[in-house]
Amino acid sequence: MAFTAFSNSTAAAEPVVRRKSPIALFLLLPGIFYLILFFVTPLISLVITSLQTPDPLIFGQFVNAFNWQNYVTVIETYGEQAARSAGFAALATLCALLIGFPLAYFIGITLRPYPLVQSLALVLVIAPFFISFLLRTLAWKQIFSTEGPVSGILSSIGALGPGEALTGTTFSVVFGLTYNFIPFMTLPIYATLVSLDLRLLEAGNDLYGSPATTFRTVTLPLSAAGVMSGTLLTFIPAAGDYINASREFLGSADTTMIGNVIETNFLVLQNFPAAAALSLVLMAFILVLVAFYVKRSGTEDLL
Amino acid sequence: MRGFGKYGIWAYSIMAFVFLLIPIAYTVAFSFNDSRRTNIIWKGFTFDNWFTVCEAQTVCQAFGNSIVIGVVATVLATTLGTMIALALVRYRFKFRNATTLLIFLPMATPEVVLGAGLAAQFLQAGVPKGLVTIILAHTLFCLSFVVVTVRSRVASLDPALEEAGRDLYGSPGQVFWRITFPMLLPGIVAAALLSFALSFDDFIITNFNRGADVTFPSYVYTAAARGIPAEANVIASAVFFIAIALVLIAQLTAAARRRQLAKAG
Repeated sequence: MAFTAFSNSTAAAEPVVRRKSPIALFLLLPGIFYLILFFVTPLISLVITSLQTPDPLIFGQFVNAFNWQNYVTVIETYGEQAARSAGFAALATLCALLIGFPLAYFIGITLRPYPLVQSLALVLVIAPFFISFLLRTLAWKQIFSTEGPVSGILSSIGALGPGEALTGTTFSVVFGLTYNFIPFMTLPIYATLVSLDLRLLEAGNDLYGSPATTFRTVTLPLSAAGVMSGTLLTFIPAAGDYINASREFLGSADTTMIGNVIETNFLVLQNFPAAAALSLVLMAFILVLVAFYVKRSGTEDLL
Repeated sequence: MRGFGKYGIWAYSIMAFVFLLIPIAYTVAFSFNDSRRTNIIWKGFTFDNWFTVCEAQTVCQAFGNSIVIGVVATVLATTLGTMIALALVRYRFKFRNATTLLIFLPMATPEVVLGAGLAAQFLQAGVPKGLVTIILAHTLFCLSFVVVTVRSRVASLDPALEEAGRDLYGSPGQVFWRITFPMLLPGIVAAALLSFALSFDDFIITNFNRGADVTFPSYVYTAAARGIPAEANVIASAVFFIAIALVLIAQLTAAARRRQLAKAG
């Protein structure tokens, strides 16, 4: 599965024969060419765009320059939104882990004696993928809306004052991010737990380890690769997301994330250099994080 | 985790499943809502929306665009990705690590950056945005996922089978199409389904590169401001049920086959 993308779980199946051949070039070239044309050059375009300066003659046009000041400006202007993105994404990742890990444990270990139930439970975890991401998020918006059931209950017990709303808050945005990325957290952890040898847990038990000790010293280290890829697969899209935080969905002007800023600058304000500079800042931040994470956990063989 | 109690994990997990399913149940339920304009408040049960889906023409057109984009991008990404996966596992070549990194990076890049990068490139090159640019963008982000999915399948292939084919004087073409390809097929199908699902539900990258063309997610996004018509819920629900049925059939046949094998063994 693609969910092992960030873990080293495929490394076990190393090829037996590996030879040099012109066929390799024939197989590689079209795909590599595609990646260079539509991944590498767009990044170069972003770099060029991020250094552009407004055209002195035509309003709304930009000319190529080396205006690195753009970076200083966007970081100064949107530092708050950038910090909020990192915070929201970290919080959502933590919540997704708190829900996803026990769920993965339940499917991978508790349900192991019942293979049919196990595969049905797995279908339930991926079920949200089959219904539009935007409609799922809108469903939460309507459930949380002032006319919705949750607000009704909360205001009747006095937890929600008059005029206060659940949507458009930090709570609703982090809630939406958590919900939307739970499967990305659960599946890689499941993938490591499903192949965990149960005899190791028995051994921990036999050696007078308390359930907590066995969990901490056996289960957790053996599922670390899954936790690592799940965290990355949740954090990266959550940090760049702008659906949950957008005003039409679960957010408000107070919850703007960096994705919203990039989108508005690019598609609405048409301030391309600012959008490009912000995109590159976001990408650099994510890559540094991934590199640090990968190094710490010692999984250098990424693919 | 066992300190958590035997029943604790059952209760916690069942709650988590319910949580995961709430918005799905909500979306499906509101496809039966008897609402004409805004589909926010429950007005009563009706099948009408299901019979008149395409009366809200824009919904169906957006849906059609999403299918076309999904199919073309899936075919392109699956072909290119399978070729790369074969090369990565089977052959030695220069710049192997660079190639691996090039395939990994798009997956580690936030969608908003991929979308903005492609849009900046199309802008600089003067390419008009539309269905073609959406397809090009979707092929890009599906490609890496195809490589990763097919790659693990290639790695688990027993090379002795192909050797046997060659020993029996099979031409390279025969060996590939009669042995390698059929054995890779489950991996290729999985990769294609994943590609289609990713493409069909993509909004962020599409939004940067769509121009005036509308896909199903971008239709929902634009309509969200004034209220989604129930027809959108109908289409989403129908897609959901078809996908779930396909997955369940696949799971159940696999389970049946395992049982048969166990009996035979």
